[in-house]
Amino acid sequence: MITSIFLIFYFSSTANILVCNDTQRVSFVFVVTSPDDPTQLIPREQVEQAVKLSKHRINNVFLLSDMTLEFVGIPPTLAAPIVYDTPPWLIVFGVVIGAVAVGIMALLMSTVSKTRRAKDKAAGFAGEDAGIVKENGTTLSSLGGVYNQAFSNDDRFTQL
Amino acid sequence: SLHILTPSTQKVHLSLHSSLQSTPSEIQLQILTANLQRAEEIMKLKLPNPGLDDRILSHDELERLEVEEAGDRPKWDNKTQYMLTCVGFCVGLGNVWRFPYLCQSHGGGAFMIPFLILLVFEGIPLLHLEFAIGQRLRKGSVGVWRTINPYMLGVGIASMCVSFLVSLYYNTIIAWVLWYFFNSFQDPLPWSQCPVNANRTGLISECEKSSPVDYFWYRKTLNTSAAIDETGNLQWWMVLCLISAWAVLFVCCIRGIETTGKAVYVTSTLPYLVLTIFLIRGLTLKGSVDGIKFLFTPDINELANPTTWLDAGAQVFYSFSLAFGGLISFSSYNSVHNNCEQDAVIISIINAFTSIYAATVIYTIIGFRATERFDDCIDGNILSLLNTFDMPEGYINQSNYQEVLQSLNTTNSDIIGNLALKTCDLNNFLSEGVEGTGLAFIVFTEAITKMPLSPLWSVLFFIMLFCLGLSSMFGNIEGVLVPLQDLKVFPKSWPKEAISGVTCLVCCLVGLIFVQGSGNYWLALFDSFAGSIPLLIIAFSEMIGVVYVYGIDRFNEDLIFMIGHKPNIFWQATWRYISPLIMLAIFVFYFSTVVTKEIFYSAWDPESENFPTLEKKPYPSWIYVIIFFLAGIPSLSVPCTAVFRAIRDRCCKKQPSASVQELDSVSYKVHMQDEELKSQKSQKSDQKIYR
Repeated sequence: MITSIFLIFYFSSTANILVCNDTQRVSFVFVVTSPDDPTQLIPREQVEQAVKLSKHRINNVFLLSDMTLEFVGIPPTLAAPIVYDTPPWLIVFGVVIGAVAVGIMALLMSTVSKTRRAKDKAAGFAGEDAGIVKENGTTLSSLGGVYNQAFSNDDRFTQL
Repeated sequence: SLHILTPSTQKVHLSLHSSLQSTPSEIQLQILTANLQRAEEIMKLKLPNPGLDDRILSHDELERLEVEEAGDRPKWDNKTQYMLTCVGFCVGLGNVWRFPYLCQSHGGGAFMIPFLILLVFEGIPLLHLEFAIGQRLRKGSVGVWRTINPYMLGVGIASMCVSFLVSLYYNTIIAWVLWYFFNSFQDPLPWSQCPVNANRTGLISECEKSSPVDYFWYRKTLNTSAAIDETGNLQWWMVLCLISAWAVLFVCCIRGIETTGKAVYVTSTLPYLVLTIFLIRGLTLKGSVDGIKFLFTPDINELANPTTWLDAGAQVFYSFSLAFGGLISFSSYNSVHNNCEQDAVIISIINAFTSIYAATVIYTIIGFRATERFDDCIDGNILSLLNTFDMPEGYINQSNYQEVLQSLNTTNSDIIGNLALKTCDLNNFLSEGVEGTGLAFIVFTEAITKMPLSPLWSVLFFIMLFCLGLSSMFGNIEGVLVPLQDLKVFPKSWPKEAISGVTCLVCCLVGLIFVQGSGNYWLALFDSFAGSIPLLIIAFSEMIGVVYVYGIDRFNEDLIFMIGHKPNIFWQATWRYISPLIMLAIFVFYFSTVVTKEIFYSAWDPESENFPTLEKKPYPSWIYVIIFFLAGIPSLSVPCTAVFRAIRDRCCKKQPSASVQELDSVSYKVHMQDEELKSQKSQKSDQKIYR
């Protein structure tokens, strides 16, 4: 039944549509007859249902809109709401939280490695201070001695 | 009291000496000037403040600290970071959604007059004061006030409490912004149309009666309950947004200004870029110029209304984020010779300019929205007329609508009466006075849905709000973290990251109050009471503390040391008399309006008669206890700490404050560092001999 009404509109056959009571504004009353039997009218409820289902396509055919084409007594149908599998906001949230987590990890790692390097340096300096006596005053090397590697603190090189 | 007597007696002595060589009229003149000077000295009241010199670094020590970089205090990488951080702290959501509303409702262009006057006499002096005292004493808010006088510790604690309470709800607003931002990545935007009901026969009634933007805000975002005592459940989507807001804040503040200094390059500059984009886009829309005209049309009569001046003063004060302690902290990381006077003026000008610029942009978009609504309203009326009278299309348009309506009314007045035509007034739509969250989440989002490429504008707008809010949060969190460190709440072994992490976690958990069903009402409560009166009290105490307890003379000398010249008569007058008086006036007015009238909150109640208008409901009685805690605890901590300390000093007399202060003072620490260095050097020289 519904497909037959579509066929009426798409193939522009006016054989089954009878028009009367037309006015200045393009407005008219219409009835739809069954394509098999021209004397039999299709009941109003079925026509209403069909119009409700396809109002959007009817609008497009006439290049009109819900504001400019009105079927009296048939309120325009509402477009089906778009249903997403995952709501898009959850995806964006995931991206942002992921980026933040990566940032936190990176900063914490850099702090940990900084403290580790500082600890190593502190151990290294303690050794150096003992080995290399400072600028003011005489140093062992200026007295003509030779720096003996055996007594230097090489431990730091073997550590990772 | 010694300070009052000594300078004045010297001056009197000198003038008497010179009078021996002069004529009688000259003697009279000299005696008159001497009396005036003595009166001035007495007026330059200075409260007794023993031990101040022990607690602060002298100028020489500061100079040495500067040259040797011996302190362990963090520093700004460059001046730009400091300026951007301060600008970001001052420029916040209030510039975008409070100032335009105030401007428009208090006489448009005429509002600029009280705003700029109070900016100059209230905002700039207070800002300069906070910058200078932080730069001089090189501590956060608690440290500064404890140094000035241990009895003034309460001011620092009050700042910390206010910063904490404000951080809680401010970050919830950022969570709301994030929710809208997450939802902007779809077309059509979810707030552009009402969702359909279960059997697709119509729209959801709550949405139909109000509007899609209202429905999305009150139902889909907040899922608000009808009253503040109906707590509702925790809204899981808002909990996620709250967690992301605190997580982003944590990542930016994890190492203090080391990380925030990098973040502000984006968060402080992006809003200006987005505002400019919106201005260009807005000016090309229909009706934008009507909006700007409506905003700036001056109404001089408003100047006679005291509320205008009060609102202008309050706006200047809150807009500068004074009394939070954050600005004192930020300027304490500066080099000691930084020109804080210039900084204060520049930042004030930038703040004022941003307010006016944002107001212009907002009102281009509001003008566009109002025009769209007006057009829809008129078109709806025209359509119903055309339908009723079977007239051809285009017979009635906007320009001849009135005359056609008149003529039809004379002939068929009964039919016209039955039609229920809406009254369409553009000014009405323009002055749908919205401020605060209503502006951002209802009015502006509706305007965006009417613009082509809506998701893009939505993303830009909410990123701008996010940056504005986040940069203000940096200052708030600084005002919480640094006092916590100064008060030694956390053990010393904890690294900075752990302290920021624990603070953010605690704030996030407490902030869950604001994401339950009634969270919106709690937020409004916090906003009205925690962020208003205590700040006024703190700011007033700050001025009194610096000018009269620390001493304006000493402060002037410090400024001569730091920036090279004495602050001129403008600063002297405003610091000593004008700004404290203005603060006092605002406080008295505010307090009297709050205390006298009964307080209501506006609730979104679908069951109410006037739905969709918000319903004014009175607070339940137990709320007054909460209000007392919110406003009272920070305000009362100022006097109570002083009393508590006085009692403690009086009853535990043993070795009074002197020894404790020695260990606290930085000069002692520098002294100890010297001692250590000396002992180390001597140790090394011993070792040399043995080798």
